[in-house]
Parts: sequence; structure tokens; C-alpha cells
Amino acid sequence: MSADTGFTPYKSEDLSERVKLSEIDHSIRTSGLFFLVSAVVWLLIGTVFAIISSYKMHTPEFLAQYEFLTFGRARSAHLNAMIFGWANNAIFCLGLWVMARLCRNRVRHGGLLLIAGAFWNLGVSIGIFGILTGKMTSVEWLEMPTEVAPVLAFSYVLIGIWGIMAFADRKSEHVYVSQWYILAALFWFPWLYIIAEVMILMVPARGVVQPITNWWFAHNVLGLWLTPVALGVAYYLIPKVLGKPIYSYYLSVIGFWTLALFYNWAGIHHLIGGPIPVWLQTAGIVASVMMTIPVVVVAINQHMTVVGEHDAVWKSPTLRFVVFGAISYTLVSLIGSAMALRVVNEVTHFTHFTVAHAHHGVYAFFTMIMFGGIYFVMPRFMKREWPSATLIRIHFWACALGITLYVVGLSIGGIIQGLELNKLDDEGSIVYPFLQVMANTLPWLASRTVSGILLTIGHFAFAIHFFWMLFAPANKTSEGPTLLAPNNS
Amino acid sequence: MKNLPLLFLGIFFTLAFSWVGLILSSHLNLGNLQPSTSELEDGKLIEGEPVYPIKLGGIAQTGKDVYIDQGCMYCHSQQIRAQGFGSDYERGWGNRQTVARDYIFQDRVLLGTMRTGPDLANVGSRLPSREWHMQHLYQPRITSPGSIMPPYTYLFDVQKVEGRPSEDAIMIPEGSPYAPPAGYEVVPTDRAEALVAYLLSLKVDYELPEMGFTEL
Ligand code: HEC
Repeated sequence: MSADTGFTPYKSEDLSERVKLSEIDHSIRTSGLFFLVSAVVWLLIGTVFAIISSYKMHTPEFLAQYEFLTFGRARSAHLNAMIFGWANNAIFCLGLWVMARLCRNRVRHGGLLLIAGAFWNLGVSIGIFGILTGKMTSVEWLEMPTEVAPVLAFSYVLIGIWGIMAFADRKSEHVYVSQWYILAALFWFPWLYIIAEVMILMVPARGVVQPITNWWFAHNVLGLWLTPVALGVAYYLIPKVLGKPIYSYYLSVIGFWTLALFYNWAGIHHLIGGPIPVWLQTAGIVASVMMTIPVVVVAINQHMTVVGEHDAVWKSPTLRFVVFGAISYTLVSLIGSAMALRVVNEVTHFTHFTVAHAHHGVYAFFTMIMFGGIYFVMPRFMKREWPSATLIRIHFWACALGITLYVVGLSIGGIIQGLELNKLDDEGSIVYPFLQVMANTLPWLASRTVSGILLTIGHFAFAIHFFWMLFAPANKTSEGPTLLAPNNS
Repeated sequence: MKNLPLLFLGIFFTLAFSWVGLILSSHLNLGNLQPSTSELEDGKLIEGEPVYPIKLGGIAQTGKDVYIDQGCMYCHSQQIRAQGFGSDYERGWGNRQTVARDYIFQDRVLLGTMRTGPDLANVGSRLPSREWHMQHLYQPRITSPGSIMPPYTYLFDVQKVEGRPSEDAIMIPEGSPYAPPAGYEVVPTDRAEALVAYLLSLKVDYELPEMGFTEL
């Protein structure tokens, strides 16, 4: 792939290449910005519900009189705002943009994307309103009332088809690894969603086939939707900003296919010890352990590309976030494989450890890469630079520290909780009464609220900066991109 | 990647493969489970004996809807693990592991993945008192000091006692900081009644051919 050199992607050696990319950026600009604005608004909404839920968990009297904000509903509104609002809109922008750029093809029918996007966001809004007003389904990751499913499925399919068409009609000679990931994700997500809606909610399958379908779906939303797009974006941006090719083409082939093969089966590890056939649990455990292959492969490939370029990573807002995300991917995935082992699962299952792990994946990995992508794409859409390096720094540090505190604190709390729940004395009686185990989680639940405040600060800094960038008059394009450290090269 | 049809086929088949392997196979395997007597005779149900599980009926079904729309599941599981894996048995959460057949009549299966609160698969046997559940839902800290379960106050009416106190008003221990002002009483709404009926119906107090009570 062609690489813009160094930190000044506008100053590519090859002028015609620059012009072409710039035209592609321009062609997706309107729908891209629509998705980004939606994503940032959902991020803020999701953050408010997150803080409320977190605070309620250690202080149950907080806002207890408001039924619509009861814990079960507030946390579900948070999850759905983040996944279907923030994550999906960010993917719609960044995934399609990377796809368009790599296909070397101007975006056609952008209006279609806008309409699909409008319906998508309408569907999510109605869905979250439904959760808050008593129509929640209590099916994990599918809490929105069934009525909105057709709207979401329809608008999604439009977007997915659009992406697949862009690929089919590509003008480039090569197909790069990011394109496989994004193409596959665009194809996988609607099937996952439609099958799960139908088999769990519309024509419910009998008994435990429901939770089996539920965890096939929910885990695959992470594994076959958020993960491949985030990896695709990282695979695009890391070499792009560094101006050098990815370490190994063959590793990326292996990484892609092993992910496609194993992630699919891993979700059943959420039901270990549950009322489902043991062989299914074993299949889930085996697949989870096999996930170490794609993870290690991606780790080697991305980290070997970055090795020796630490100054560059530190300077570039995009890379600082993306590399944070890529490192988190390695960590969270290896921890996830370990959690599927029966001995570990016996302790961590049903505890706050799982919640910490979920945030490690969706936030420290996925969301940080999306932030990095937004830092890269906005200057191309707006033809101007980010106004403030300070706000980017605040954003980075608040989020990096916040999510680290979140994951570390809640993981420790969860392990203690699990060990205390399971502990038996010599006679085989429990050692810690339930209320005591619960009380011992309180400091860790409080630490989560502190981390939540940090994340909130980061998100507001980001949102302010984003809208400032969006609405500010044209500025210092000529001075080059906004960096986080002096450019002394 | 030169071979694009291979890419498409691979993308399609990896997902189809897991769907067939995990979901379709489970559906074929478990989708026809029928209720059963506790033991079998020559591989057949014993005539005249009751079959389990039983269907949820009447007001308990309405109560399940309340449980669902309030999101109790995000803090409570409904599955008992085998003795020797975790401490479910030792905590008295159930006499035996739950199995697939236990869930066949549930139009929505609420296994849950969090135990911020205790497992509720068998709570109807463990805590059979309506009064206890009413107090607990109104304010968990009345029955369970320090509880972080949210109070579901809005499922109750706090109303002025007019003439005789209502029959279904709930008892709040005297001197409790959660007692209503003098002259007022706490009356469960229909939703609270239904929810408690549902909780009381949650019982794993029968054996199945594939899973008897745990004997130590
Ligand atoms: C924020 C988490 C949370 C939510 C939401 C929650 N609970 Fe609880 N629940 C707990 C905790 C913690 C306990 C243990 C302390 C206690 O008894 O209050 C508990 C205990 C219980 C118990 C007693 C179980 C036993 O064995 O002692 C019942 C019954 C119960 N909850 C029912 C419900 C119902 C019904 C709902 C929904 C309307 C609900 N809970 C929502 C956390 C929660």
C-alpha cells in the first residue's frame, strides 16, 4: 500500500495519490461526519448511564425513587448506548472509510448511507427509550424491545451491502488485510443479529437453546464485529502513520483465518458449569484457548511494526490511542483464554471480574482504537487540524488511567469475591456468609466509580474538542498536524 | 489474497459452521425434551406419577414480566452448579444441579451471568415467606443489613390508613428507619404481588431421571 510519510500525511511524495485519497475522503465526508456526530453523542449518553449505574451499585438509595433509572435498566441503557450507539456508529464511519480508501474508489450513493444511518439511530433511540420505560427484554446484549429489531436489521443491511458493494467495485489491485477483516465483519454482524433476534425473542427456541444462542451472539458481537473492525483499522493506521509496511503478510493471513475459525465457538464459555451439555462447554473452552493463536499472531505482527518507533507513536495522537488499544487486545485476549479454563472460571464466573474483562475488551481495546481512528479521519474530512494538543492529552490520560484503574480495581475485587464465595472449611461448610462477600466488594465497586469519573472527564474533553473542530472556522492547516510532542526529526 | 471466492466462502462457512455446531445441534439435541417423572421404568414415564418441570401459570407469569422489565437478572442467576464446582450446594442455593430439562417450559430463559446477589433458581423453597419478600423488595436493608440490592419502593403504595388498615399492607418492623410515617401503611401494588408470586414459584424441589438430589 502507498504510505504517506512520517507525520505529515498531507505531504505525501506522490501527489496524484494524495489527491485521489483526498477525493475519496471527501466523497464519504457527509455520511462519515453524520456517523461520527452520532457516535460522540451516544458516547456521552452512554457515559451518563454508566456513572449512574456504577454509583447505584455501591449506594443503592441513589435515585432509587425513579423507576426508569433502576439499576437493571440504567446498566442496560448504558450497554446498548455504547454498543449499538457509540461502537456501531464509529464502525460505520471508520470501517467504511478504511474500506473506501483501500478500494481506491470514490463513495457512491452516499445518500443511501445517510438514510440508513438516520434509521439506525432512530431505532437505537426508540430501543433505549423502551428499555427505560419497561419494555426491556433481559436478554443480554439484546435488551432493546423486539419492535425495533426490524428497523435496526433493515438499516444495518443497507449499510453492510453498501460496504460489500464498495469492495466488489474496488479499483485497487491488491486486497489488504484490513479489507478482509472489515468485509467479514460487515457480513457476519447482520446474521448474528437476525438469528439471535429470531431464535431468542421472536420464535423462542426451547429452553437452554436460548442462552446458547444468546452467548453465541453476544460473544461474537465482540469477536466478529468489534474486534475485526478494530483490528482492520489498526492494521491500516499503524503502517500509514509510521510510513512503513506491516511486518509480515503471512502472519496477517494466519491471524485472520484462525480468528474466523475459533472466535465463533468461544462464546459458550459464558455457560461453563451451566445446564447445557458438557461437550458444548468443552468446545467453548477449546476454542477460547485456541484464540491464543490469532492473538499472538496479531500481537507479533502489529508490535513488530511499531518496534523502534516509540517516539513516533508517542507524538501522534492517532498512534498513541491505537497502540494502547493494540496492546490491550493482546492482554485482554490472553486473560480471556485463561478465564475459560474450568479452574479459573470456577472463581471468576458470576463475579465482577467478568465485568472488568468486558470493559478491558470493549473499552481498552476497541474504543481506544476508535478514538485513534477519529483523530486521524477528522482532519481529512474537515481539511483542518485539531485545535488543541492539550485537550487530546487530557483525553488520552483521563481515559488511559481511567480504564486501567477500572480493569485493575474491579478484577482484583472480582477475584476476591469469587474466592470468598467458593471458600469452604475443612468440614465442607462455607467460610464467608453472602452478605460479607458482598460487603467486601464495596471498596472495589467504589474504585470503579472513581475510574468512571476519569473516563467521563476524558469523554467530555474529547466531545468538546470534536465539536470545536467541527464548528471552528478553518485554521492552521499549513502548520501541519497537531502533535503531542515536539517534532524534532 | 488472490483467491477472492475462497475469501467469501471462508467468511460464510466459518459462521455457518459454528451455528450448525453450537445452535442447530443443540436445537436437535435438546429442542424436544419433554417433562418427565422423577424416575423411569424401562425407559418410560411411570404412570400416575407427577411430571416435571411444571409450567408457570397465572399471576406468577405476570410476575416474571416484572422481573424481566426491572432487570433483576443483571444481579441474579437462575442456575445451580454441581456440588464440587463452586459453592452453590454448600450455600443452600439448591439440592441438585439444574439441567436442560428444567428450563423447557420457560418462554424466556433467565440463566444470568452475574451473582451480585444470590442465585434464585430455588428461592421459592429456600425463602417461602411472602412477607419476607415484600419487606425485602420494599427495602432490602430491612431484612438484609447493608444490602446493595436496590429498593423497589415504587412497586408499593405508601398510603394513609383510612379506617381499618388494609389486609395486605406489609409489616415494617417498629422503629425501623424505613417505616412509613405514623398513620401511613405500605401496600404492595399488583406488580409487587405478581413479582413475589413469581419468586415463590421458583423451585427446584423435584428430581429428574438424569439428575437426582445431591447426596453427600
Ligand atoms: C444491584 C444488584 C441487584 C439487583 C438489580 C437486584 N438484586 Fe436482589 N439481591 C442483591 C443482593 C446483593 C442480595 C443479597 C442481599 C439481600 O438479601 O438483599 C439480593 C438478594 C435477593 C433475594 C434474596 C435471596 C436470598 O437467598 O437471600 C431475592 C429474593 C432477590 N434479591 C430478588 C430480587 C428481585 C426480584 C430483583 C428485581 C426486582 C432483584 N433482586 C434485583 C442484588 C440485587
